[in-house]
Amino acid sequence: MTLVTDKPHNDPQTQVATIPDKSRAERLTSFEVEDFAVPTGREEEWRFTPVDRLAGLFSDTATDADAVSFSTKVPEEALQAALAAGVAPRGTVLVPGDRGSVVGSANSPEATYIKVPNDAEYAEPLRVDITGNGAGRRVNSHIVLEAGSHSKALIILDHTGSADFSGNVEIKVGDGADLTVVTLQRWADDANHLAQHDAVVGRDATYKHIAVSLGGSIVRMNSNVRYAGPGGDATLLGVYFADAGQHLEHRSFVDHNAPQCKSLVTYKGALQGETAHTVWVGDVLIRAEAEGIDTYELNRNLVLSDGARADSVPNLEIETGDIAGAGHASSTGRFDDEQLFYLMSRGVSEDEARRMVVRGFFADIIAKIGVAEVVDPLMEAIDAELALDMKGEA
Amino acid sequence: MATLEIKDLHVSVETEAGDKEILRGVDLTLNSGETHAIMGPNGSGKSTLAYSIAGHPKYTITSGTVTLDGEDVLAMGVDERAQAGLFLAMQYPVEVPGVTVSNFLRTAKTAIDGEAPKLRTWIKEVKEAMGQLRMDPVFAERNVNEGFSGGEKKRHEILQMELLKPKMAILDETDSGLDVDALKVVSEGVNRVKENSEVGVMLITHYTRILRYIEPDHVHVFINGRVAESGGPELADRLENEGYDRYQGAQV
Ligand SMILES: Nc1ncnc2c1ncn2[C@@H]1O[C@H](COP(=O)(O)OP(=O)(O)OP(=O)(O)O)[C@@H](O)[C@H]1O
Ligand SMILES: [Mg+2]
Repeated sequence: MTLVTDKPHNDPQTQVATIPDKSRAERLTSFEVEDFAVPTGREEEWRFTPVDRLAGLFSDTATDADAVSFSTKVPEEALQAALAAGVAPRGTVLVPGDRGSVVGSANSPEATYIKVPNDAEYAEPLRVDITGNGAGRRVNSHIVLEAGSHSKALIILDHTGSADFSGNVEIKVGDGADLTVVTLQRWADDANHLAQHDAVVGRDATYKHIAVSLGGSIVRMNSNVRYAGPGGDATLLGVYFADAGQHLEHRSFVDHNAPQCKSLVTYKGALQGETAHTVWVGDVLIRAEAEGIDTYELNRNLVLSDGARADSVPNLEIETGDIAGAGHASSTGRFDDEQLFYLMSRGVSEDEARRMVVRGFFADIIAKIGVAEVVDPLMEAIDAELALDMKGEA
Repeated sequence: MATLEIKDLHVSVETEAGDKEILRGVDLTLNSGETHAIMGPNGSGKSTLAYSIAGHPKYTITSGTVTLDGEDVLAMGVDERAQAGLFLAMQYPVEVPGVTVSNFLRTAKTAIDGEAPKLRTWIKEVKEAMGQLRMDPVFAERNVNEGFSGGEKKRHEILQMELLKPKMAILDETDSGLDVDALKVVSEGVNRVKENSEVGVMLITHYTRILRYIEPDHVHVFINGRVAESGGPELADRLENEGYDRYQGAQV
């Protein structure tokens, strides 16, 4: 038996949300590459990121030939002609917010454009499979997803293989539409991925963004949302599992710029192995006009072994008192050996007990995701990660 | 017929000020079908004894032996001890977020029996046992011990004892925190297991009131890390009247 015998372990360090020095509303966005210098790591937004490993993705460079394979499985009527820069709806939702995004945008002459027609409901998920063809090979990708008014669809972006991948995704959710966008980061160990996913949620529309990050050397994803009218409902979910040497960073920004909207942000992650590093930064801005809104953000991290590090930073800015609710919670805890002991004292083997505890940790977010196409492979992947770990420790 | 034999058990815990000896030579023999009450003041080492037998990693066995039918229990992993037929109802059962009671019970049963129980009969068995312990069926879908009241946690421990059918059960203050009705329900549960099996029971308690429902064959007074006196049920009555002063005085 290899129970860790050090001191008790559940040290939830609930953090107080901080109000940043500068309002999130003032953060620069621009299509001009020159507006964003190459990050040094001293900038507030880059302070957690190993920028020295990202030189390839910061350079203003075109996509390498054959660096990526795209395969799109969507109904014929939904696949539209590619969009050049400046051709709407491209550029109406996403304006680059950092160096990674702006060089990706500038070097994407064509954007894949998928539009779910008004009132259409697709029972089957739409898929975009993205496979990187080699470590260090540069890919700039831009995808525009639009859900026509009162349509309903689930779109899965599945990233595998390896590349230096810059991915901008802009998402327009029409009035009354119900759109779920899933982004799976199942990269090989040597892939790097910088992403900006911006959504505008229409009047009375429902939007869900689900980020699942398992693979890759560095994944840094910004999932941002704002509203085009009252009654919008946005849910940003994330699940990540970082191994030794991996840096998985998820940032979200909910801009409550309309009244009577809702947002729920929930990210949960596990870390194992030396130097595994995860970052979550959740920004919420409630503008003066955002009366009656309701927002809650939560991040929880489960540290499975020594040497791993989870940073967790909620930022809440409130410019109106007239809201239904605003809350946040953030905690990072060590794997609890008392739970392991309890399960094992009922005859359950150590491997099985660990699996139960980790699966249990993710259980509520898995239930929130509720999409079988995501949940099943995700649980398998988590089991596989744990199996690796247990072999590694034996 | 099984025998759990504890011989000259010494156990210490690591503290900031160095190792601290808590058990100082415990001798106890528990046979199938017997019920032994272990009574002693706070801090005398009762839970330490229970956890040490179950294999909690916090406790270091410095000398002595624990055997179950001659097999070296101390050489077994925590899970192997349970599979060998030992069960510990904990004083402070642990919450396991995200793991439902029904999943937990089924996984434990499978681990102990070495095969999955037949689904249909298992579900019936669980339902019945929960009913007898006056546990609402919704508990099956709640997470293990999460948000359970003190009394609900204790019922859940006895539910496990009923379903896992151990050879030897150690009940660590299962009575504490229970009101009279709950105490009755839980005691009935223990008595059912005693009737339906050959289980040997080590009943750790502060109070004699549970002994009105679960009759002990032997009573041991536990003081300062060892058994200070052993006797029959009448010893419990004497403790009820006189308390532990007699023993503690002697120890200074
Ligand atoms: N980590 C530790 N550091 C220092 N002392 C400890 C540690 N763990 C246990 N002890 C001490 O060991 C002694 C025995 O504890 P134990 O829990 O076994 O007592 P108990 O008889 O079960 O008490 P109670 O009736 O209150 O449940 C106590 O004095 C306790 O403070
Ligand atoms: Mg105790």
